[in-house]
Amino acid sequence: MTIRTTRPDRVQHFRPRMHCLKKVEAIVVEMQDQKGGVKGSEQKLNVTTIPHVLAGSDIIAWIANKMKTTPEEAQAFGTMLVAYGYIYPLQNHKKLVMCNDTSLYRFQVESIKAALKQKVANRSIVYLSISQKITFDQYRRQNIFYQQAIMRSKVKSSVSIGALVKYITTYKNHDPFLAPCLPSNPWQTDHDAYWSLNTRRVDLPTKMRVERWSFSLFELLSDLRGRDDFKIFLKKEFSGENLAFWEAAEELKLGTASSMSTKAETIFKTFLAPGAPRWINIDGRTMGLTVKGLDHPHRYVLEAAQTHVFLLMKKDTFFRYLKSPVYKDIQKKALNPETHNFSPAQLEQNANSRSPGIHPIILWQQEEEEKAKAAAASAPVDVKAVMSKIDRKK
Amino acid sequence: MCDQTFVAATFGPCDNCTTASPLMNIYIKNEAINYCSFCVEVMACQGLQKGESLANLKRECESLKKKLEEERGKLNDVELHQVAEKVEVVGALSIKTRRVLKGHGNKVLCMDWCKDKRRLVSSSQDGKVIVWDGFTLNKEHGMTMPTTWVMACAYAPSGCAVACGGLDNKCSVIPLSLDSNENLAAKKKTVAMHTNYISGCTFTNSDMQLLSSSGDGTCALWDVESGQLLQSFHGHTADVLSLDLAPSETGNTFVSGGCDKKANVWDMRSGQNIQSFECHESDINCVKYYPSGDAFASASDDATCRFFDLRADREVAVFQKDSIIFGASTVDFSLSGRLLFAGYNDYTMNVWDVLKGNRVSILFGHENRISRVRVSPDGTALCSASWDNTLRIWA
Repeated sequence: MTIRTTRPDRVQHFRPRMHCLKKVEAIVVEMQDQKGGVKGSEQKLNVTTIPHVLAGSDIIAWIANKMKTTPEEAQAFGTMLVAYGYIYPLQNHKKLVMCNDTSLYRFQVESIKAALKQKVANRSIVYLSISQKITFDQYRRQNIFYQQAIMRSKVKSSVSIGALVKYITTYKNHDPFLAPCLPSNPWQTDHDAYWSLNTRRVDLPTKMRVERWSFSLFELLSDLRGRDDFKIFLKKEFSGENLAFWEAAEELKLGTASSMSTKAETIFKTFLAPGAPRWINIDGRTMGLTVKGLDHPHRYVLEAAQTHVFLLMKKDTFFRYLKSPVYKDIQKKALNPETHNFSPAQLEQNANSRSPGIHPIILWQQEEEEKAKAAAASAPVDVKAVMSKIDRKK
Repeated sequence: MCDQTFVAATFGPCDNCTTASPLMNIYIKNEAINYCSFCVEVMACQGLQKGESLANLKRECESLKKKLEEERGKLNDVELHQVAEKVEVVGALSIKTRRVLKGHGNKVLCMDWCKDKRRLVSSSQDGKVIVWDGFTLNKEHGMTMPTTWVMACAYAPSGCAVACGGLDNKCSVIPLSLDSNENLAAKKKTVAMHTNYISGCTFTNSDMQLLSSSGDGTCALWDVESGQLLQSFHGHTADVLSLDLAPSETGNTFVSGGCDKKANVWDMRSGQNIQSFECHESDINCVKYYPSGDAFASASDDATCRFFDLRADREVAVFQKDSIIFGASTVDFSLSGRLLFAGYNDYTMNVWDVLKGNRVSILFGHENRISRVRVSPDGTALCSASWDNTLRIWA
């Protein structure tokens, strides 16, 4: 199925795609100035003399002074001038870069003349565009948008910015660019211990990982190892059905379109039907809406119920988990690896023997097997079957 | 977390046609109503009523726009740099190139990391898509697409497939295999079909759904298995150049940026455009969410990167310098959100301190413009793709 926009074909404006070139040209014109520009000289080449020749180092020094930057940055800008053709190298024509030495360059006179003309002509430029006629339906849509945007609840900057800053402060020690990874950053030392200590099904997680679970329910659930630990806690509390429902609803939302109706039916039977084996406790209104929606299942039919359950876990169960013996236990047992201290010889050895790790496809296959096992183990017990088995044994 | 998307009624019977479907939350004469997207379209397109004219619709539009600015202004009680004064400075960073991935014969246009934190997929102008193990520099798969300019590529969350698209106006999903010699291009499946080039694509939180953005001005959500269009997103008035999915617990929104200088936030369920920001002076080349999902950054041809707070509904920072003249083509945040890595068309990358607004570092190394910068999933490394045919991994 192809998307077709129903709007009338809009003529593309002549957009000044090279927004930056006006600024560049202004600088190039300044460089050419007799008094304040780059000092040129004559260059003898065989029998001819080439006027207005500039040395790369002079150009770079001028740019660094004018833009108040380091020589490196000035050199990068100089390379841009060569790349865009404002300046051309006299010697190495093939590599269009600016070198910070005695290499010689000249201005492309034509481009300067054009830039000067542009200054005069700027005011009379006519954009090759037909002024965009906004139709009444576009205005209506914009009005609908503005109205809901105005009514949408917003938060004071002090609150929202405060939250952004808090996030950074919370995760500061977990950011490998700001604080060292333990035992070491694999990209820096060529040793992948950091990854093997943090795999999906590791027995004992690291202390940093366990700390991260405490930051939010989202972090805890996103890390599947953390989710496992949370499930252990929920099992002890006999309240595993909320998380199970949330997981099932996620699968429905993100699954294939064809599997939706079967999934919806299973979910209804397991979690929502009166007397269901894993009945979830949600308010009457949400339950009513959800059950009604299940008549014609749609991908987002469980949104309201899923949100309700998630908020419940976020505001209550999550905090109880953090105070529970299950969490405190894993915190105690968690590993705190020593920082690696490799000698240059060891680093070289590491670089020559980089481990290939496990292929994600194999990991995924293992995950699917584990999931199937877990599903079979937690399926509601069919009491009648068990009873008849016991009877037969008798 | 943007509470609005949490609490609003999002699915149920439409107030107009009573069909059960995802709902848009809109207002008619200050009264909140929930219409399905079809009814909203019908309402927008109905002929001019008695007393309505193009002129007064335009007037209403302008006054509503002004009112929105006023409402936003009322909540503007503090600036980012003021709150950031209490935060300590970022220490000196020593970021070096750790790997150079050579193998593409032409400009590398896009790359994406795999969730295993070491593999990545990259696509180039000549139609080649390569899957690498960045750690060992091993090229695991190489596929040739029947199109040039493969501008978008993405790795599936399971690590079992990749998606790519470009000038062919299609986005295809290719399942990967353990056998490097297998001809994977033969198994590719066309999922997205637009009427203009594909500029960006990403999987949602599963392998089964794909979000795409296109030069035809729309974004779309697709079911991978059947190729069915699940939702389309209309609102941009020019090419959409980039999109990013929100990393939030509900995962229901995404942001897109385009040549109309606007960055729009969309609700994936109903297709509704819930927020819009028009602050840039030129095309927006890239948008990326802040790790908490409550803000996002954008990179533009106007040589600035901007930071937008979604809950306060406004721009809170502009990352610019007089000496930075060339457009920024790509941005990404570090794991904590403190650092913003931006790739520019002058072959360099600048590292900005998000809170204090100053540039912390500048990274040289590429010999042509940077097309894409991405931090690895565990934040240990940064990968940059460039028109100089190489990718570099920095740490």
